[in-house]
Amino acid sequence: MMFVLLGAISWKPILIAFAALAAIGALLGLMLAVASKVFFVEADERVEQIKECLPGANCGGCGYAGCGALAEAIVKGKAKSTACGAGGPKVAKQIAAIMGEETVDFVGVRAQVVCSGCLGKVKLKYQYEGLEDCRSAIRQGGGDKVCPNGCIGHGTCVKACAFDAIHVIDGVAVVDYEKCTGCGACVAACPKSIIRLVPFKADVWVGCSSQDKGAVTRSYCEVGCIGCKICEKNCPSGAVKVENGLARIDYEKCTHCGICYEKCPRHIIFSGKEQKLSV
Amino acid sequence: MTKILLLMLGAILVENFIFSRFMGICPFMGVSEKPDTAIGMGFAVMFVMTLSSAATSLVYDYLLVRFELEFLSTIVFIVIIASLVQFIEMFLKKLVPSLYSALGIYLPLITTNCAVLGAALLNVEEGRGFVESVVFGFAAAVGFTLALVIFAGVRAKMKYTNTPKSFRGSPIALIAAGLIAMAFAGFSGISL
Repeated sequence: MMFVLLGAISWKPILIAFAALAAIGALLGLMLAVASKVFFVEADERVEQIKECLPGANCGGCGYAGCGALAEAIVKGKAKSTACGAGGPKVAKQIAAIMGEETVDFVGVRAQVVCSGCLGKVKLKYQYEGLEDCRSAIRQGGGDKVCPNGCIGHGTCVKACAFDAIHVIDGVAVVDYEKCTGCGACVAACPKSIIRLVPFKADVWVGCSSQDKGAVTRSYCEVGCIGCKICEKNCPSGAVKVENGLARIDYEKCTHCGICYEKCPRHIIFSGKEQKLSV
Repeated sequence: MTKILLLMLGAILVENFIFSRFMGICPFMGVSEKPDTAIGMGFAVMFVMTLSSAATSLVYDYLLVRFELEFLSTIVFIVIIASLVQFIEMFLKKLVPSLYSALGIYLPLITTNCAVLGAALLNVEEGRGFVESVVFGFAAAVGFTLALVIFAGVRAKMKYTNTPKSFRGSPIALIAAGLIAMAFAGFSGISL
């Protein structure tokens, strides 16, 4: 039966098709082989090596289109070897080694949302029902919260984060210190400019950006800094200063003693180790 | 001249590759997140589709027809387009690095794009000559770019909408694409 079938097949067109395709394939293959020799371009190996070191999240925190673009910029000398905030000191060291530079001190940073005015603590001007995006909300009277400097919590930073490290909890963005790599993408995205990068060791911070006078702040927010200066007076190392009605911590001087954290009458000096708002 | 113009208009609007032929949906969904990348991809497709239409038209007329191997057109076209794109990539990298970096990743991405192969096969099916094939390839790519840029604009707006969770991402994008396709269906039936 098999042999009858095989005999019935006309082999000629099959062989012609096979031969023609093989010939075309071989010809084109040969052409490409020649072309690859003729048009050979020497690539800088360091670009690939640096790309290997980088985290590969393409977060855009460095200001370049992605990790590949940053690798090229570093090789061309347009960017520093410490440009990747997300990779931290480990990656900076590896890149410096590839580029043959001396290792530079890399200060790890973390993003911090300088506001703790969650829903229920700060008064609302109106009920916002537009697009879930801060840049959209801010166009309508500067956002729904009365405080002109507070987080309006519509999640533009959440969308900007490539590491799932920032979330809106009760109407305020909160950074997850474990996941945050300090790439700075959320800092650039925040239309209120209330996210900032602080040194990694900073474990206390003031959760308010309001520069209004104490009585004004008190009128719309239960957790705003009223500029009472209790923290300033109690700080043993002089690291806390109140300027324009807002306490600031100088991380160069701060010894992480935690006194300001305990003394603050509004409970808005937070410890990074706890990561939580003292609601 | 009128014939050529009508051929172009038909390829761009009436028989739009994405919205009425549904070819090249993969890059259409993949690179339409931002208008910038959509334009980059569009130019790469224009470049490759014009050249591949020319190459496949010549190969078909002077090789396949002559040796009565028309039935091999699909597989031969795949081989030709793939090696052509590879060749162009090497050529540009060496001699026109600025164009190479402008087209970037999109050039190798469209090596096995069905829109490029589709244009070549449609040319054969319609029995177009060399000039007509090149024009059709270019116009079809312009139509592809148009669709990509329109859709990138829609998706950029869509990012800020409050989409139900189960529809986020590709599902809502496909629904939007279907709606635009319905709008393009308004052109169908116009015979140019």
